[in-house]
Amino acid sequence: MLSRVADSVFWLSRYIERAENVARFLDVNMHLTLDLGDSIDQQWEPLVATTGDHKQFTERYGQPSRDSVWRFLTFDHENPNSIVSCLYSARESARTIRGSLPSELWEELNKFYLFVRGAAVEDALEHSNAFLSEVKRYSQLLVGITESLMSQNEAWHFARMGRNLERADKTSRILDVKYFILLPSSAEVGTPLDVIQWSALLKSASALEMYRRVQGRIAPDQVVGFLMLDRDFPRSVRFCLNRAEESLRAITGSAEGMFQIRAEMLLGRLRAEFEFTQAADIIQSGLHEFIDRFQRSLNEVDSAIFDNFFATQPVITGGEQLSPVTTE
Amino acid sequence: MRLEDYETDGFYDEMFDEQGSPRSRADAMAKRLAALSDGELVRRQKAADLTLLNMGITFAVYGHAAGTEKVWPFDIVPRIVDGSEFSMIERGLKQRIAALNLFIDDVYNDQRIIKDGVVPAELLFSAPCYLEQCRGLKPPGGVWCHVVGTDLVRDGDGQFYVLEDNLRCPSGVSYVIENREVMKRTFPQIFGGLRIQPVEDYPERLLETLQHVAPSNGHSPTVVVLTPGIYNSAYFEHSFLAQQMGVELVEGSDLVVSDGYVCMRTTKGLQRVDVIYRRIDDTFLDPKTFRPDSALGVPGLMEVYRKGRVTLANAPGTGIADDKAIYAYVPKLIQYYLSEEPILKNVPTRICWDSDDLKYVLHHLSELVVKPTNESGGYGILIGPRATADELRQYADLIRANPRNYIAQPVLDLSRVPTIVDDHLEGRHVDLRPYILYGQKIFVLPGGLTRVALRKGSLIVNSSQGGGSKDTWVLAEATNQWQYQQ
Repeated sequence: MLSRVADSVFWLSRYIERAENVARFLDVNMHLTLDLGDSIDQQWEPLVATTGDHKQFTERYGQPSRDSVWRFLTFDHENPNSIVSCLYSARESARTIRGSLPSELWEELNKFYLFVRGAAVEDALEHSNAFLSEVKRYSQLLVGITESLMSQNEAWHFARMGRNLERADKTSRILDVKYFILLPSSAEVGTPLDVIQWSALLKSASALEMYRRVQGRIAPDQVVGFLMLDRDFPRSVRFCLNRAEESLRAITGSAEGMFQIRAEMLLGRLRAEFEFTQAADIIQSGLHEFIDRFQRSLNEVDSAIFDNFFATQPVITGGEQLSPVTTE
Repeated sequence: MRLEDYETDGFYDEMFDEQGSPRSRADAMAKRLAALSDGELVRRQKAADLTLLNMGITFAVYGHAAGTEKVWPFDIVPRIVDGSEFSMIERGLKQRIAALNLFIDDVYNDQRIIKDGVVPAELLFSAPCYLEQCRGLKPPGGVWCHVVGTDLVRDGDGQFYVLEDNLRCPSGVSYVIENREVMKRTFPQIFGGLRIQPVEDYPERLLETLQHVAPSNGHSPTVVVLTPGIYNSAYFEHSFLAQQMGVELVEGSDLVVSDGYVCMRTTKGLQRVDVIYRRIDDTFLDPKTFRPDSALGVPGLMEVYRKGRVTLANAPGTGIADDKAIYAYVPKLIQYYLSEEPILKNVPTRICWDSDDLKYVLHHLSELVVKPTNESGGYGILIGPRATADELRQYADLIRANPRNYIAQPVLDLSRVPTIVDDHLEGRHVDLRPYILYGQKIFVLPGGLTRVALRKGSLIVNSSQGGGSKDTWVLAEATNQWQYQQ
């Protein structure tokens, strides 16, 4: 397939996944702040920190409040990671490759964008649950269309790889929220409030019910283990890395355990690390530090994917080599 | 809803005759419209508008901010064409395209038409769309114009006339297909029992045409659609056609000339391309042959084309037949190349390049429609009877400064079709653009794009200037006399 099309498919599905996860972030924070009572505005700062746009936010909005964080993350056209910006980018990507997508996918994405663009800020804030649910519903619908209407060809694998890499990143950030959310005092560790907070994290990844079936009671290291390392839960980091690697190998044709290109090597290494790690190791090395390191590794994978597949320059003329996919 | 108040205002109306009774081809439709409860038609129109918005059927408008998308204005009252009338149009178009194709081939090769004194050499070579670089080209099968959209209008006398030929990159066919789709989604009742000729097979026919003209090299040909990109006004159509044909939509930067062939850059390296359905203008195709500043094209493309290793559809150089001064000669071209009488009439045309015609035009400017010979999209047109004295004076100066650039025609009374205005129907002027494919044979899509001037009294149907469109129903010939049953 065309490199340009591969690039757009990859980003298209990432942007949709990103929009869904921003909705999940907002959702979890709404719940957490409601339980915390009056110190509401304070608890919105962590959200800006975890989404990684702290500097931009402070420059434009100053002190985080519920209103300003909402605006920033939902309808702010200048924030490239706001829900509306994600959808704008997803739609523009889709527009450039409309010919390669099922019509239904384009049409639903277009409706999704029109829905968010047409929503009024105040209304969405007032009925936050309805708004966020609708964002999640649309995203799931698009994934469903991709699954049931697209041939499982190269384009599909690029879409799946993009979605899973994005989801791995965001699930790790959801966990990171807990690092920033402060309990009123250290004496409250393990209290009902603490349990509620950990549950809210699971809920925001739609993981609470699945967690209960596997682990039963809420325990911090088990929650970390579930969201990071579970083999079977489709939003756990390990699961996502697995699927992303699977798709990457389907694209290159490499056998399991082998690699031809740098992206495969880096992603395979990262996936292996998650397969051979325990929750206790993560807690011991420091949850926040672990997540930080993970995100740096993920960035390297991203840039290798860009170099290996999307960079438009390194096309070699003639010959039978697998270019622009260079071999290491 | 009431149709009794509908006025034809002395124009030829596609649905009603002079007495206000439905024409036989539109009888069932009129009954169905009359049977609708109040407000139903407007509700259906709103549903159609929403469907178009959701489907993202848009076009970009130049002169606004880059990438401004507008939803395609669509009126749900269809325009109905009689089957036997359309078969006359079909024969006429086949004849016309066959002659024009021979003409283009002749212009770039033997130039018999000049030697035999049918078309003046000076007029031909001064056409901005004549490309010296195309001399000696021999496209596969001798086909130059693979995809054509010809604009027809029906005048007050009830006859169809050819208004202009579009042999470069005619657009709009995707709207023909999508208009039908939207009608089926939002107003299915109105179809019941009518035998309307389908338009949905166009992408299949187009692919067949493109594959047929591929260079023969023993493998199944790879076809692509070449677009200037998402900011082009017809981008929707480019992506639609690629999607419907199941081929790649490429931009110039996706293509590269390698080892004497045109290839596309893929995630698995370079892949050879055999046929390029290009939707960019001739002079942007190859910066090495044409405009060196073109960033949309592929350097070296023309060299590969000249060697017969890739097919371009349409072939470069076809624009010569679009020139509106050449248009005036088409009836003569048909006689010259085919020894036949033209089936479809031309609008009587005066060529300002000719000094007698120029004198006449300047003298009668306020009665004529004057058009630049090399523009499309309805730009730069003077409608004499509607112009102010100042505008006429300025336009006369333009003509005097460059007579070759202008032609003049009488003002036509374009036919009208009932169109929704607020909560009722009013007559609005329309034209008709059928689409013609030329591969192994010539194929005319039964139907075409009916463009409608939505502004009251306006004659300009271009979407960039307040025009909309309608679904066009060509009835199957055998069922002209069906009865309304219900």
